[in-house]
Amino acid sequence: MHTLEEIIARVAAALPGARLEIVPNNSPARQPSLLLEPGRAVEIATFLRDDPQLRFDYASNVTGVDWPEKTVREKVKVKKIVGGMEQEAEELVERKTPGFLEAVYHLYSMALGQGPLILRLRTADRSGQVALPSLTPVWRSCEFQEREIFDLFGVQFQGHPDLRRILMWDNFADHPMRKDYAPAGDQEAQP
Amino acid sequence: MIAPPAELPAPGRVGWADHDLLEVAMGPHHPSTHGVFRMNVVLDGESVAKLTPIFGFLHRNHEKIAERNSYLAAIPYTDRLDYICSMTNNWAYVLTVEKLAGLPVPDRAEYIRVIVGEFTRLFNHACMAGFLLQDMGALGTPLMYAFREREKILDLFEALSGSRMMCNYLRFGGVRCDLPGGWREQAAGVAAAFHPFLDQFEALLSENEILRARTQGVGVLPPALAVNAGVTGPGLRASGVNYDIRKVDQYGIYNRFKFRVPLGARGGDVFDRYMVRILEMRESLAILEQALRDIPEGVFLDPKAKLRNLRPKAGEAYGRIEAPKGELGFYLISDGGPAPYRYRIRPPSLVNLTVLEDMCLGHAIADVVIILGSIDIVLGEVDR
Amino acid sequence: MLGRGILRGLIETGRNFCGSYYDPARLTTVQYPEEKLPPQENARTLPFLVYDGQDPLAGLRCTACTICEQECPAHCIRIVKDTVKKPDYLGKMQFHPKVFDIDAMVCMSCGVCVEVCPFDSIKMDRVFELAQDRRALVLHKMNLAKSNQYYREIHPTEAAAVDAARDEEQRKARAKKAAAPAILTP
Repeated sequence: MHTLEEIIARVAAALPGARLEIVPNNSPARQPSLLLEPGRAVEIATFLRDDPQLRFDYASNVTGVDWPEKTVREKVKVKKIVGGMEQEAEELVERKTPGFLEAVYHLYSMALGQGPLILRLRTADRSGQVALPSLTPVWRSCEFQEREIFDLFGVQFQGHPDLRRILMWDNFADHPMRKDYAPAGDQEAQP
Repeated sequence: MIAPPAELPAPGRVGWADHDLLEVAMGPHHPSTHGVFRMNVVLDGESVAKLTPIFGFLHRNHEKIAERNSYLAAIPYTDRLDYICSMTNNWAYVLTVEKLAGLPVPDRAEYIRVIVGEFTRLFNHACMAGFLLQDMGALGTPLMYAFREREKILDLFEALSGSRMMCNYLRFGGVRCDLPGGWREQAAGVAAAFHPFLDQFEALLSENEILRARTQGVGVLPPALAVNAGVTGPGLRASGVNYDIRKVDQYGIYNRFKFRVPLGARGGDVFDRYMVRILEMRESLAILEQALRDIPEGVFLDPKAKLRNLRPKAGEAYGRIEAPKGELGFYLISDGGPAPYRYRIRPPSLVNLTVLEDMCLGHAIADVVIILGSIDIVLGEVDR
Repeated sequence: MLGRGILRGLIETGRNFCGSYYDPARLTTVQYPEEKLPPQENARTLPFLVYDGQDPLAGLRCTACTICEQECPAHCIRIVKDTVKKPDYLGKMQFHPKVFDIDAMVCMSCGVCVEVCPFDSIKMDRVFELAQDRRALVLHKMNLAKSNQYYREIHPTEAAAVDAARDEEQRKARAKKAAAPAILTP
């Protein structure tokens, strides 16, 4: 199995200008992933599928993940003027890391018996810009799974042949798997 | 086979007066759709012009429930995914958590997992053949013969885990409890009795002219499409692609067992998918024999295994097994807390359904039921 | 010959049909409820609370630690701790539950509560003939409390192991108390 660095090198050689970033994974599973820019994702995916040394012909799993906005509080040293004298003081500063939705693809090669290669595509934010390119034209196994991500997370897959809700009913208005989903009037059975 | 018309109306909207096409909703209340599954079939006479599968009727939101419960509490919910094969569902999840947290599994527990996993595969394939024949009109005779053998295996599971179907038996780092006294002998007896049952089952079915006429040449799945569409399990191997996750990933201790992988010989029609399962049952019996003979003494659960309050380090893992229906995978993201941050099930039945329409186009509507039966889906898995 | 496969199948069916008159392996129907299969020792349906001795309230093993409530996957257990403590089998003062409700509609018989209980106080019952014409769907503490004698009847191996472990602990506790130096009164 090629290492991620080798794969990045091959992709960069075939598709100049394509940017791939390694996202580390700290668990004992040792499965780091590649972050792709949405603009050239379809090209990169087609190359990964067709290149004779890689032959990732089987997209096993397509998952949606919701990463809401995080507020990080940190103490920052600031120079302030107090009573005519410059002093250093510590201020509590709040920084917001933007939220985004993510689609994670697990690829295997049935022809060469290698895998998993994990790709990640991230949206710009969680509200207005939630479009990602669909990889269904490359691997048909993404068809129903991307529909599920659209249904449960709200990611709009462009280029998907039939983007409709799949698990919730057609007129349902929200995206249930998001972290901030609050079911209306749903009560758990309490003894 | 009649080719479908070149121009088709948009899904769900057919005007009667415009075309000679009839749209029929098969299901969700249907005896042959293997659960609450709906297919909108557009028919040109009796042949299928377009087929749209619609599901979600059994969506129970398992993935979100798992985000609020601990890792241990998700195990009983995994029983209810593919509700016929609870042991293999448990195994896929437990394998993924062990990958995520780096937990070792003692040898005896691995052997026990293989034994219960292969028993599950046995009765799943026997039931699939039985249900397929019932959909074909055999009124339940092959199904009831298969269920007779399944009863013996369910009795074994009840003696082992306390419950026939919702076993909740595997744990992180092993299994929940050891084999009770006499279980191994009883299991060896059940496996030995399965051989003559398979011979009788094949005598009943495999040369039957009606079965052959209805299944040969029906629902052909070309191998290139199967791979691209993510079909896994016996359906993929029936199309001739040699990909069995037990051989590829060699999870657990499968590298210690000698078994063959049957492949389809006719290009991937319904008869191939049926025969591959019959042959896989024979291979499962070979594995069972080896496992029951070689199982060592020892602990059934890793001594350092934590039952409560398991908090794997932040990270993610994807683990998969060769479940009887295909590749069952779990993708877990941990944020260091007691509950998973993201818990995703990759269901084989859902992805196998991608090609349902491709296989049914041009066939008669009676064949749709048979093709669906040969894919072998369970809605608990499709909808979660 | 056309029809050979069908004929082979019919012979097989014929064998099953004739065999069902004399071979028990062929006829597997149990005429429930006139005939009942003996229950498996390990079977589990709904949980129950174990009490030692004769008095369900005084002998109840449960100490209202609420671990089962926290670990239950279906969140079907509701416990309210009582403020009064009573001694347990080792003589230690423990809380006990004022309210212990299990919603039988929600319980999925998984047995996780039994696995995590540190006091061997909740175990799985075996009865499944629970159909009734009243809406008694929430089981309260008094419905759930069953004696250790009953536990020994339905799960003999398990109960014997639990009893042996508890007896051992009691013996150790008594031995420790006997070996402890007497308190000198001034």
